[in-house]
Order: sequence, then structure tokens, then C-alpha cells
Amino acid sequence: MNGEHKCLAETNPFTPHPARIVRSYHLTKDVKFFQVRFVDMEEALRFDYKPGQFAMLSILGAGEAPFCISSTPSRPGLLEFCIRKMGTVTSALFELKENSFIGLRGPYGNGFPVEEMRDKDILIIEGGMGVAPLRSVLLYSLDNRDQFGRVAVLYGSKRPSEMIFSEEYFALKGRNDLECHLAVDADDTGKWTENIGVVTTLFRHLKKVDPENTFALVCGPPVMYKFVIKELIKLNIPKDQILMTLERRMKCGVGKCGHCAIDYIYTCLDGPVFNYWDVLHMRELI
Amino acid sequence: MRILKLQKKDLFPLLKVISREAELWAPTAKGDKFAYGRVLDFSRIAMDAVRTIIPPKKIMVPSLFNMFNFTEKGYQEDLSHVTDRILFGIHPCDIHGLLILDKLFSQAYLDPYYLEPRKKTLILGLSCLPDAYCFCKSTHTDIIEEGYDLFFTDLESYFLVWIGSSRGDDLIRLAPDFFDDKLTEKDIQTYTKWQEKRDNAFKTTVNFTRMPDLMELNYKAPFWEEVGAACLACGSCSMVCPTCNCYNVVDKLFLGNKPGKRLRHWDSCTLPEYSEVAGGENFREHKSQRLKLWYTHKLQAYVSKYGKPSCVGCGRCLVTCPVQIHVKSVADALEGHPVEAFWKKFAQEVSK
Repeated sequence: MNGEHKCLAETNPFTPHPARIVRSYHLTKDVKFFQVRFVDMEEALRFDYKPGQFAMLSILGAGEAPFCISSTPSRPGLLEFCIRKMGTVTSALFELKENSFIGLRGPYGNGFPVEEMRDKDILIIEGGMGVAPLRSVLLYSLDNRDQFGRVAVLYGSKRPSEMIFSEEYFALKGRNDLECHLAVDADDTGKWTENIGVVTTLFRHLKKVDPENTFALVCGPPVMYKFVIKELIKLNIPKDQILMTLERRMKCGVGKCGHCAIDYIYTCLDGPVFNYWDVLHMRELI
Repeated sequence: MRILKLQKKDLFPLLKVISREAELWAPTAKGDKFAYGRVLDFSRIAMDAVRTIIPPKKIMVPSLFNMFNFTEKGYQEDLSHVTDRILFGIHPCDIHGLLILDKLFSQAYLDPYYLEPRKKTLILGLSCLPDAYCFCKSTHTDIIEEGYDLFFTDLESYFLVWIGSSRGDDLIRLAPDFFDDKLTEKDIQTYTKWQEKRDNAFKTTVNFTRMPDLMELNYKAPFWEEVGAACLACGSCSMVCPTCNCYNVVDKLFLGNKPGKRLRHWDSCTLPEYSEVAGGENFREHKSQRLKLWYTHKLQAYVSKYGKPSCVGCGRCLVTCPVQIHVKSVADALEGHPVEAFWKKFAQEVSK
């Protein structure tokens, strides 16, 4: 290969950069937490991301898939992912031991408009795996607590055993600078001390919301959106301040492979964060 | 722009000179159809090829190629499909197809797997006369103003050769003696007559300016269900479309201590697993939903982004789809023509 191609390798947007799994452990039976670090320090510095962006993870031989970043850029060095065992790539990833090699490229997508959200109240509504992308923006707002107004979290899980980051969330309940309401659809342990019911039942515990000044961030299973948005509209939160982050099949992350296309947009370039206004005006979004 | 004359008898001698510089690719006969291939024997060049089975996108991004070799040490880029080429005999519609792919593969992020071969390929266009399936006049892709290095207009006994780039000019300088730069009044008349003849030869037309509105209005129209039922979900329309760019990526391992390969191959949004995510959730489970995506992209979405359809009127989908689902028939359906009868028939056949 000649010099011209060698130079190109540095700019090839598809090249997975070597990274290692620093730490991994189970959050629930089928959800695992991964801390990842780039092998090359320069690559780590170049990887400048915003909450809500995603990365492409390559597992040797199994393939490549998109994953939202669960860590916050306010805690640099390590990237964190919260991943459910679902397909070929995640199954192979679950087998990997700490210090194993993986490929990583990104960050991709628009992420949450944290600049625009500055000084505003933040209301996070999340269900199940919805915590994976929203944990990033939650931790970001807590690390930059003085840059945001009120912070409130409504988090619903199916069962206590399926609650992801349960320790982190119970710890948040002890803080007096944010509201944190937790719920499970059903308690099969008999030891659950928080609310029982779907995530929307938590709205009644929420202190009075200043709608014009609030950004609502929603992520969860597809069935959740309709009901949550109804509640948010009832609270008079403007449609362009209701943000959601979406999932699509992606093979490139950079607007080439076409898989995440919706109408005239690519989820990987124009998303994955959309506001409710977008959703109303674009078919197939949710 | 410089326009020169080249006598027909001098074409092969010219190709011989310039093909010393790079591989010469051109349409050649394949059964009763045509296909782009590397040409060593110029007599095999099909000067009368209206359309090739597969558009020239296959020369830039092959239908299957390796992106990376990988070992536990990392991913090593593989650009072995990149080579210097001269593409002769490419018609205006297909050059427009490449211009559309250029936009896509260079927006936001540069895709070296397409752009490198593209940069290294010289485009030598050739004029053509439409057959019954061509509708490039409707897409305004029957003429070409950019995107070629040389363009040959076939005027019976000689060619008018339009120089479109400095690289094209370099090619001319390799064999300047073949060319005549004195164009007469008669040449201009001959060219005008040829233009008229070609303009009147179109049999198929599609009113593309109406399509974005009609796509929007007909989004829930019942004919989509019928088209969906008739569709075989074979993906052929995407394979033959000059503007279809979608691809899939798979990793492959080999026995022995060999590096693995990350392979990239053409994909189609009409295939069932196209929009499926891990866990089995499929955003476009039904064929009608997937066809709507295909046609939304071509007739509506691309228009709102770039002001023109993502269709170049090459007619490949018309001659390829086994159940007559193509830009013309869907446009007719959108315009309210009663063309669903054959889809109903196919739908019944398929469900048997």
C-alpha cells in the first residue's frame, strides 16, 4: 500500500480504534455495565462527546453495532456502556473478560442540546433500558449542577430485580438538590419500598412544574412514549422541549449505509435525539 | 469548454493510447443484455448498449468487498479494490447517478471506499438514444454538464468530444493528432438535428414535479397494500438502481491463523431484515412499508433535501422488476391511474 493510502487510514471514518474493557459487571440478569478505555491516549482525547451521543462497538469476529454512551463527558477517561444481551454482537460482548480488546469509533449523532438546556429545569422520564442514554445527561447535569435549574427523575422498571443502576438511583434519593421517584410495575420481592405502578403513575408525585422553563427527556420501551407524552402535554411543556432518543438499525453511524433512514433524515446524523415536534411531523419516528 | 471532433475510425486508436494509463472499462454484451467489464479487446465494446444490467456504481463500490482485515491487534484498512480506471461508454443518466452518490458518500463524513475509486476513475461519457423504457428527459438527466472528463456525442460518422475537466484535457494531449478543433456551421446543425431526434424518441414520461405532493397525499392510499402484497422483496430494484447506496456489513472469520474480514455488501430497504433491530423489533415489517420507504426516498425525501428526485430515469427498474413495481408504475398509481389490476393478480399469485 502506498503512502497516500496510509494517510487515508487516519481519516477513514469506519476504522474501529483499539480499546480495552477496563471493568464489567452485571447490573441485572441480562444487562451488563462496561467501562472501556482507548488504548491510544490521543484517541481518547479526540473522542469529545455530548450526552446522548452514541458509539460503534466492534467485537472481534461478531461484528459491529451502535450503543449509546452511558457515561458523562464531565468524567473523562473512561467510556461507560449499559448493554442488554440481545443479538450476536452483545452475546459475544457478554463473553469478554476484563482487559479484552474491542474496537470503538465515534462519537456519533446529535446528542442532547445541553447548551440550550442551560439554566432550564430538567425532567427525566425513563423506563427499563431507557436509563442507558439518559444516565449520561443525568450525571452531566449533576456534575454541572449550577448550570441547570431543578432536576427531577421518574424511573420505572418492570420488577425490582430488573432495575438498572439501582444503587445509583437509590443514592440519588438521598440528595436534596434533585427529585427522584422510582417505580416498578410489579413487586415480586415484597421488599420494594418505593412506588408500584407504571412510570406515568409517578407524575402525581412530581412537584409543580414550570412548563416553559422545563426540558423533558424521555426514553424507554416503544409502548411508553404515548402515555408519557400525554402527561407532558397535560403539564403544558412545549413540544420542542420534549426530547426523546430513538433506536434504529445502523451499520455505519455516519449516514452512508441507509439503515436508519426515516423520510429524509438519518437517525445517525440528525438524531438519535428528536423533539416531539419532529415526531409529529415525521412519519415512522415512533 | 473546448469541443473537438473525432472521426469514428480514430476511436479505437485513441482508446489504445489512453488505456496505457489505466484499466479501460466499458459496456460489453452479456447474453442479450450488457454489463460493464474490463476491456482489452476494443471490438467487444458495445457502442449501442442502452443500459447495462448493473449501473457503474459497481465499479466504485463492488457488490461485495473487504473493508478491514482484523486480528486481536486491531483493524487494518483494506482498499485493494481501488485502482486507476477509465470508464468509457457511460451515459448521462449514469453519470448523474454517480453525482448523486458523490453527494451521499461525501456528506458529513467522507467514505473512502467509494470516494477513492471515484477519484481514480476517469469518466468518458457517451451519448445515446432512448429505448421504450428510458425516461431521463423527465428527470432532466438526459444532458450532462458536469461529472465527466470527456463526453462523446455520436453524430454518425464522427464524435463531438466535450472536454469536461483538466484530466480530460490531459487525455486529449496524449493523442492530439486524432482531434480536429475546427467546428463548422454544419457540425452545429448536425448536432441540433441529433438533439431533436433524441428528444422526440422518448416513449416513457413521468411527471416528477408532482411526485412529492402525491407521495404525501397518498401515504395511506390502499394501493400500497396491493403493491406490497405483489412485491417479492427480492431487492432487485435496489441492486440495479444507480442511486441506491445502502449496504450491510458482516464480519467473517476463517479457519487457521488468518485475519478476519469485515465485509461490506449491497443491501436493499425492501428486504425484510433491513430495519430490524436487536431483539427482533422491526420498524418496517410489511413489504408495503418498505416499498413506501424506497419510493419516499426516491420521489419525495431526496427532493426536499436536494431539489430533485433521486431517480435518473435509466429505466433499469422498469426492465428488472419481475412484478412491474417500478418508478413508472408507482408514479402512475400515485397519479390515480387504474394500474393496480396487475398487482392484484400478482398478489394473488404470490399468496398461493
